[in-house]
Amino acid sequence: MVTVRLKVNDVAHEGRCEPRKLLVDFIREDLGLTGTHVGCEHGICGACTIMFNGEAARSCIMLAVQADGAELLTVEGLMREGKLHPLQEAFREHHGLQCGFCTPGMLLTALDFLRTNPSPNDREIREGISAVLCRCTGYQGIVNAVRAAAPTLAARR
Amino acid sequence: MGHGLPRLVGARVARREDPRLLTGQGSYVDDHRPPRLLYAAFLRSPHAHARIVRIDASAALVLPGVVAVLTGDDVARSAKPVRAASKTPAVKTTSFPPLALDKVRHVGEAVAMVAAESRYLAEDAIERIVVEYAPLPVVKDMESALEPASPVLHDEAGTNLLVSREFVRGDVDAALAGAALVVRERFRFHRHTPVCMENRGCLAEYATGSETLTLRSSAQCPGLVRDVLSDLLDMPEHRIRVIAADVGGGFGAKASLYPEEIATCVMARRLGRPVKWIGDRREDLLATTHAWDEIVEAELGVNRDGTIVGLRAQVTADVGAYSIYPWTAAIEPVQTISFLPGPYRVPTYQGRTRGVATCKAPLGPYRGVGRPPAVFVIEGLMDRAARQLGLDPTEIRLRNFIRDEDFPYKSSSGIVWDRASFTASLLKAREALDYPALRAEQARARAAGRWIGIGVVSYVELTGIGSAIPVSPGMPVSTGTEAATIRFDPSGKVTAVFGVASHGQGLETTLAQIVADEVGVPIEDVRVVHGDTELSPYGTGTYASRSLVLAGGAAILAGRSIREKMLLIAGHLLEAAPADIVMTDARCAVRGLPDRSVTVREIARAAYTGARQLPKGLEPGLEATRFYDPYYGTASNATHVAMVEVDRATCEVKTLRYVVVEDCGRMVNPLIVDGQVHGGVAQGIGAALLEEIVYDDHGQLLSGTLMDYVVPSACEVPWIEVHHLETPSPVALGGFRGMGEGGTIGAPAAIANAIADALTPLGIEVAELPVTPDRLFRLIERAEGRG
Repeated sequence: MVTVRLKVNDVAHEGRCEPRKLLVDFIREDLGLTGTHVGCEHGICGACTIMFNGEAARSCIMLAVQADGAELLTVEGLMREGKLHPLQEAFREHHGLQCGFCTPGMLLTALDFLRTNPSPNDREIREGISAVLCRCTGYQGIVNAVRAAAPTLAARR
Repeated sequence: MGHGLPRLVGARVARREDPRLLTGQGSYVDDHRPPRLLYAAFLRSPHAHARIVRIDASAALVLPGVVAVLTGDDVARSAKPVRAASKTPAVKTTSFPPLALDKVRHVGEAVAMVAAESRYLAEDAIERIVVEYAPLPVVKDMESALEPASPVLHDEAGTNLLVSREFVRGDVDAALAGAALVVRERFRFHRHTPVCMENRGCLAEYATGSETLTLRSSAQCPGLVRDVLSDLLDMPEHRIRVIAADVGGGFGAKASLYPEEIATCVMARRLGRPVKWIGDRREDLLATTHAWDEIVEAELGVNRDGTIVGLRAQVTADVGAYSIYPWTAAIEPVQTISFLPGPYRVPTYQGRTRGVATCKAPLGPYRGVGRPPAVFVIEGLMDRAARQLGLDPTEIRLRNFIRDEDFPYKSSSGIVWDRASFTASLLKAREALDYPALRAEQARARAAGRWIGIGVVSYVELTGIGSAIPVSPGMPVSTGTEAATIRFDPSGKVTAVFGVASHGQGLETTLAQIVADEVGVPIEDVRVVHGDTELSPYGTGTYASRSLVLAGGAAILAGRSIREKMLLIAGHLLEAAPADIVMTDARCAVRGLPDRSVTVREIARAAYTGARQLPKGLEPGLEATRFYDPYYGTASNATHVAMVEVDRATCEVKTLRYVVVEDCGRMVNPLIVDGQVHGGVAQGIGAALLEEIVYDDHGQLLSGTLMDYVVPSACEVPWIEVHHLETPSPVALGGFRGMGEGGTIGAPAAIANAIADALTPLGIEVAELPVTPDRLFRLIERAEGRG
């Protein structure tokens, strides 16, 4: 067993786990943050995407021990003062989710993308979110949501 | 209806389920961890066909943290094997044991199950179980499976031919003999799998004190699962609760009963501890139901003017190793011949179908069921005929559509179409695209050497099926009804409970819209509860584009019952005749006297206060349960038009434009209708260009990861332009038609037809899907004389 100390959504945590434990399992089981989902466990579908030290990363192909000392952001950390994040608002308004399973990974991927490209065109948005698979929406609602949220997020910086 | 509040049915209402799903507060199976939970893992067969000689789990059982191992024999002592029975002799009934008994019949079949203190330990233990197999010859494909020398998968059937059925109308031989033109093709639609982003999983808890079993499952049909578990586990239904809370996509993949659900219940009952199994993606690709996998040999006869005189088709489907419950192995192959005549007047028809068992994962329902291959075939034949007659593809369709005056129309396979807008949808698509301009653009591109094509497809889909016909042919389970319970509490708020289950369709929103309109309250005051057999009136679940039609109809009936009672109570409180009461703005007032009114909340409180507040003899309470059966059901239709370009160098197909004109009757929520169309089209484009389940000749799955089974990302899906027609269903309450599947029905054929159109200069027809770049490369090489 190894000790993992990390900060998740601005809260410090310490846990003990087997060295082989996946980061996503640590987040879900040890920290009880079940918003991050497991879709493929081989790094393709992107459902498990979180922010790792400020960049999007797949928590299903990382070990928990690799996150020792790291700062993570998960979907649970997006809401502030009881209010949806503007990106979450846009997803709701533009029907950017149906079953909701890819949504946490999609939100964090889009957030990371808009950080690097604050005013993208549609082609760029599609490329930016292509690391996450969605089987429900055909991506159209998601593209609309990301486009709509971009100026709001850019203005917040 | 007139209750003064803005009408919600028809409005683009933002979804009520979104806030929890957007904030990580969903309630998917894997999010639940009751105390004393054990984690399960399954050992799966590495052989496509083998006899099980011996299983030795002793090395697994000594691992610390491993609690139990189950084999097929253990489960057989506690649960009956699944038998998907059929009322028709056209379907042979075979057993599907929850864990393999004596024999395995496909790679990935569950052989043993471990329960341990963690998933990691359970997977360690799986690797320590020793199974000795005696390999048997593999039944590798549907054509060799029918040869007399082929090994037989199910001894009890005595043959690999599990399904055999025929539909005949008129003398098709004479019609084809007299036709001015007969076009023929051998179509191949390869094996596909739904790929829900949430893998299947379940969590079973057995309470010994109350003898109750609770199964949380990623299921579309909690009611169906509850009913069959009662039989298989020999427990009364009222002691079994099946919960399907948030489910991460279904698309038909989660509509069947699965072996892991039964085994997990057996394990939990045996140990008296909760047991959870969450499949991984490999298990999903290996052991979730697959789709399509059909060969269709078809010929279409037409007159010189393009009107159809006859259609003949022979469908052969690879149904895999087992007949799945409750749909049976017949669902895909029989639906294909049921829907082959499409939206056309087909005076003579012969459709024969065969379902053949092979060593592959079972075939099951997937978005569209039978119709994506059927539409690929009939629409492909229509285009071939049009090309040979020099007709525009839209023209040949307009000449053959079932006309508006023909409804209700009984199709040549016996399906009744209540009313549809075939002609109007095609004309609207032409108009939306400025079709002549699009053709001119294509001609310019072709002159410049580019391969650009336009594919046009029209289809009709049966939805909201009532009790007149089973959803799957010969299926003994009744799927024709659903119910709604609507309950006001004394504070004036409403709970509406349904037996259907939502896995992305937004039913918590659309059903709330219907209920709110019916009982005259704002949508915020309605809470929809679904997917829990303990809370809901009797129902089966969500599949076959039925939920809005059946549950929506039940909601209208229950809402009306409640409304009548509200008017009686309001009349009593206001000392007026109920006929003089009008609903306005969440209040009931005396007609013409808006000041004499009571609020809905006051009415609800009165309903529970007792006799003094109620008209003489009126029973207290304000709730109603009503069942709805649309009998035949209704139909949705659409026209899809795709414009594609084939890259001359890479053979990549780019979708340049995609237009859908759909008619799902009265729309409850256009935002959600659009979303269903977008998602369906994306899956259809995947099916046309990318997605294919591949087995080798030894029955080994070669497409066992998401790197090998390619699901479209945002880059492969085009902008989809959706237009609506609203022809209300004359037979379904509310005028609603189901529409969850249509996108996937139309898109594969639209893409195939567009590619064939693009390659007309080379004389290439597209008869095989998915048409991947390598297949296209070979077609082009052959056409250009190099292949």
